[in-house]
Amino acid sequence: MIVLKDIRKAYRTGANLLQVLKGIDLEIRGGELVSIMGSSGSGKSTLLNIIGILDNYDSGEYLLDGMLIKGQTETESALLRSKYIGYVFQSFNLIGFKNALENVALPLYYQGVPRRKRNELALAMLERVGLKEWAHHLPNEMSGGQKQRVAIARALVADPKVVLADEPTGALDTRTSAEVMALLTEVNRDMGKTVLIVTHERDVAAATQRVIYLRDGVIENAHLDPRGLSTAMDGVRVTNKPAGDVRP
Amino acid sequence: MFDREQWAEIFESIGKNKMRAVLTGFAVFWGIFMLIILLGAGAGLRNGFSYNFRNTATNSIRLRGNETSKHWQGLPPNRVISLEEADIEALRHAIPGIQHISGQYRVWRGNSRLRYGKNTGSYNIRGIQPEHRHLQHQRIIAGRFINEVDEVQDRKVIVIAEDCRQELFKGEDPLHKWVSVNGIPFEVVGLYEFEAGGMERGSRSPVFIPLSAAQKVFNAKGLVDDITFSFADASIAGAKQAEQRAIHTLARRHNFDPTDERALWVNNNVENVGMLGSIFNGINAFLWFVGIGSLIAGIVGVSNIMLIVVKERTKELGIRKALGATPAKVVGQILMEAIFLTGMAGWAGLVLGVFLMEGIASVVPGSEFFRDPTIRIDVALWALAALIVAGALAGYIPARRAAAIRPIEALRYE
Repeated sequence: MIVLKDIRKAYRTGANLLQVLKGIDLEIRGGELVSIMGSSGSGKSTLLNIIGILDNYDSGEYLLDGMLIKGQTETESALLRSKYIGYVFQSFNLIGFKNALENVALPLYYQGVPRRKRNELALAMLERVGLKEWAHHLPNEMSGGQKQRVAIARALVADPKVVLADEPTGALDTRTSAEVMALLTEVNRDMGKTVLIVTHERDVAAATQRVIYLRDGVIENAHLDPRGLSTAMDGVRVTNKPAGDVRP
Repeated sequence: MFDREQWAEIFESIGKNKMRAVLTGFAVFWGIFMLIILLGAGAGLRNGFSYNFRNTATNSIRLRGNETSKHWQGLPPNRVISLEEADIEALRHAIPGIQHISGQYRVWRGNSRLRYGKNTGSYNIRGIQPEHRHLQHQRIIAGRFINEVDEVQDRKVIVIAEDCRQELFKGEDPLHKWVSVNGIPFEVVGLYEFEAGGMERGSRSPVFIPLSAAQKVFNAKGLVDDITFSFADASIAGAKQAEQRAIHTLARRHNFDPTDERALWVNNNVENVGMLGSIFNGINAFLWFVGIGSLIAGIVGVSNIMLIVVKERTKELGIRKALGATPAKVVGQILMEAIFLTGMAGWAGLVLGVFLMEGIASVVPGSEFFRDPTIRIDVALWALAALIVAGALAGYIPARRAAAIRPIEALRYE
């Protein structure tokens, strides 16, 4: 489903060129549930953005479902995102003045689905994440866990092939984190979606099938066994703070 | 354009910032309001001046004898030129395309006494020919105007106006009553409506008698004060040609240099109207310039606010892009919002401005300088078109800014 060949990416900050990704080779098959771990600044979010066609890369090749993602116009990228990818963000990124139903229906709007049809689909998806009763509530009337479930419903409503989650539990407490992870696992298992989760939490990574470990812009281990990770790190819970805040 | 979702979002966006929308809209409202007021005022001025010409044939020339300023065929300058009755016929034959011609003789230099019973008044008595009515229209209320038979038979008949009737006849019906003009009895045959102002300046209305009677009764010795004629070709060139023909004809008859500009006093109405027309076109262009200027100030305001809107909504627009919004969708959204904001505010300004000018038009009496300051519907439509363009311009830069948002950066933006 996702094939990366020698992906390189650098950011220019003033006169300096900061090499973030230094040649990433990676393959993720359809239907996999994979997590990407790594310390802050290891390039894991950049990698996820490139996979999500939110960011471009300098060199290498990225094939999504056999299609080379390179040099598309903004409009083409938007259509590809709309068709292939569903996003789940750390800070939910729901639109504040739209209720849950409208938020979930938004990707369908951009696909040109008629209003009645998209509300139907959005409501069905909300029911699936257990928030049918909350359809007409605004995001600020919901808890963090509920908001993230709405966001997951939004990511799924357009029936994408890949779901990308950037620190989906970063802003949640342990119990809701577990709920969200259970939901993402279910998305992978029951709906057959390829799910890619960027995280720095071992518990989260442990719930996936495979862990890709990034360090300083290169993949240190592409096939880390999450079970080993889980037992090895048992009881060494780190905070739930976002990755950016973690300092050695 | 008729996308329910898009409209819902425009209302949401404006509804969330009512105060800001109102203040921004006010600038546009004021711009278009001022534009309408200015254009209305311009129309009022133009209407006022055109009104002065309403009864005057605009394709006419009036000539009056004056004093020569050049030597001519051995004759000295400073000779007084006096027009005569015979000049009228000469002009009638000399000028091609002539329509109507009339001489005018002002009895006692325009200072005559009229008397009916015990009532008297001082009036401007004018001996004119029947064709005068085509050159300077008088609306007859009762009876008739001086006609050809009056002229041929030297009838002592008189046409008076409403103010004269009131002064001399009080409540009486003046028709077929005899009034004394400087001691000579004349029969009142017509009553015309006199409106002060315009070409017939002065508080008192003129009173008309036949030129032939004026000549005989008041011993005018065949002289006339002025001659007015109208002609078919009402173009500037045609008027100039008619004027030259008239001057040459009179120059030959009265022995003066046809290039002597002081020998005759010439009032060419075609030129007057043309000149007034260009003055008002100039005023109108200036008013558009000022009006559009104030409208632009409003547009810049809207553009500014939309830039802030885009900045505020950077994250939201980024989310939308991540969810599959194409740049065209985002641009459309911002553009429509700007057009909607300017459109609504401008429409309000347009309506209020038009209502105000209609109100002024119905309350303020028309004068010879200002009358009926309402703008035409096509002007209002142009203003409306200018508004839509304005809205699109106001939204253009912000929309481009919005389209350039990269979702990755927008999502990082807090």
